[in-house]
Amino acid sequence: MARTKIYVPRETTAVSVGADDVALEIARVAKKTGAEIELIRNGSWGACWLEPLVEVDVDGARIAYGNVAAGDVQGLFDANFITGGEHQRRLGPTKDIRYLAEQDRWTFWRCGLTNPLSLQDFEQHQGFKALQKALQDGPESVLQALESSGLRGRGGAGFPTGIKWRTVANTEADQKYIACNADEGDSGTFSDRMLMEGDPFGLIESMAIAGFAVGASKGYIYLRSEYPLTHSILSRAIDTARGAGWLGNNIHDSDFSFDIELHIGGGSYVCGEETAMLESLEGKRGIVRSKPPLPAHEGLFGKPTVVNNVVTLASVSNIVNLGGERYAAMGVNRSKGTLAFQLAGNIKRGGLVEKAFGITLRALIEDFGGGTASGRPVKAVQVGGPLGAYIPSEQLDVPMDYEAFVGIGAMIGHGGIVVFDDSVNMAKQARFAMEFCAIESCGKCTPCRIGSTRGVEVIDRMIAGNNREENYDLLVELCDTMEGASLCAMGGMTPYPVRSVLNYFAEDFAPSKEKAL
Amino acid sequence: MARIDEKTTSEIVAAHGAKPELLVQILANIVRRFGWIPEATIRQLASELNLSRADVHGVVEYYHDFRTTEPGQHIVKICQAEACQAMGSEDLTAYAEKSLAMSLHDTENDITLEPVYCLGNCACSPAIMIDGKTFGRVDEQRFNTLIDAMRGDN
Repeated sequence: MARTKIYVPRETTAVSVGADDVALEIARVAKKTGAEIELIRNGSWGACWLEPLVEVDVDGARIAYGNVAAGDVQGLFDANFITGGEHQRRLGPTKDIRYLAEQDRWTFWRCGLTNPLSLQDFEQHQGFKALQKALQDGPESVLQALESSGLRGRGGAGFPTGIKWRTVANTEADQKYIACNADEGDSGTFSDRMLMEGDPFGLIESMAIAGFAVGASKGYIYLRSEYPLTHSILSRAIDTARGAGWLGNNIHDSDFSFDIELHIGGGSYVCGEETAMLESLEGKRGIVRSKPPLPAHEGLFGKPTVVNNVVTLASVSNIVNLGGERYAAMGVNRSKGTLAFQLAGNIKRGGLVEKAFGITLRALIEDFGGGTASGRPVKAVQVGGPLGAYIPSEQLDVPMDYEAFVGIGAMIGHGGIVVFDDSVNMAKQARFAMEFCAIESCGKCTPCRIGSTRGVEVIDRMIAGNNREENYDLLVELCDTMEGASLCAMGGMTPYPVRSVLNYFAEDFAPSKEKAL
Repeated sequence: MARIDEKTTSEIVAAHGAKPELLVQILANIVRRFGWIPEATIRQLASELNLSRADVHGVVEYYHDFRTTEPGQHIVKICQAEACQAMGSEDLTAYAEKSLAMSLHDTENDITLEPVYCLGNCACSPAIMIDGKTFGRVDEQRFNTLIDAMRGDN
């Protein structure tokens, strides 16, 4: 009889709440009881609130058990969970979990499903089919598929990926590069990490496709140092892919050569800005460059470079496989396809939700997320990381659409959604936005370097009740200066959260004594 | 953590092909293994990579990870970013400072306590990292358990 497959994620969030202990305990009890099992460390499905989520393959159907602790394992064996037995942790078939069933999985479809480090598993799930198709059909077909998909950069800026690739493809140079931005520093975001931990070969394949489409023979992944488990998984996957001839010279006997170098960051938030990342990849301080020239013309080491976020790149293989039109059929207006939204902070059912654009923020927070974890009312939602606006609860019906967000002075960014309940003091959050900018500013431009520190001081005076009106005007003026005169989004967008607090939560600047009146 | 010596530094430089453009990678590697970058290492790297000391110093002092003082045996990082704030990281930090009798950025009793801005564990906040391992859903009780386990590892 075949051994029963048991899946326990090896993914940062699952491991952070005990998945390794659960896996060890399952192996121990199985050995003790003589149960014939095969333990597979899969990626996470993204239902973080259910982690550690253990699955058992029962006659081809995966049965899920949620929030399993090591202490539950003996009981699960006693309840015969390896045949899908009843237990208080049993959730039923994984595919029927509503949170997962109601998603539009395009980019993350292999995450959770497969063993991320098994090349065989990857190849059985369409792995490298898109690269082979691209090699057969030629670079132009990839560029056309990408253009028809309407894919925009998922790192935050939302620039059309097809135009970026076309620009690099059309720029003559002896060397071009693909630089994958995996410096996912925004609080409330973890989709890049989940993709790299759950489907690293998927990213590798898409980077190779990018290299082929634009004529680049070398790729870099710039991974933040805060993700050590990702580092381990990704470097093993790159070695495995290289060993199997999917990276290196003349990939699978074609004329195309491409390899990937994995770089680790130094803990600087601003290195997630594309030009700062390029500086860091060159071994320097992560100081933002002035644009132009665009990286597509003069990027890494002065050569034409495609700089794309992890999720942007990973969306490509399916676009090549299934066609750009299929992708563009999802979403709304100029926001085509899907985004991997990340529900975070004070939320009952936090996790990753890949969904077509157009769903409302409220549906994500309430239907998927189940409201706040504390059970208290939502007061504010920060979308798009530390540079994103705080959206008040009255505005939750805004659709997830790049332009609709711009319309309310906010941004979707990388899709991180951080929920705060009514216990939050928003003046403190505005102060933190400035403080974070002061800590992380690269220092090149004055509005960001100095403006952020002055911003903290002005907000402190407002909180203390000193000349509040005068300081209010000063803060607005400071926000105008930072927004208009900073070199990059760090200083240029720090005003977003600050302004949103001024616009919607100004009462939080009042000292508590006044507030009580 | 072991102490870095000249020979190991040279080996790390050699493993990176002594390429100056890999300076950030070399430093990241040293910090992963030894926890910090001593002044002597900065001099040695400058010489072996044919860079000026100012070049190396400039890169070292730019990145938060590249400590120039020796950390404790254990490094405890507490996330201070928004998703964790929404779940009480400020109170957790205050608790940690009190129970460990130290402040953020300090090294006491072989523990270095540091802030970190996002561990990417935002659906299971608040998050902390102990000696390179991330832990989620950390309340005061769990913090104590994790610290006890960390001390037990000595």
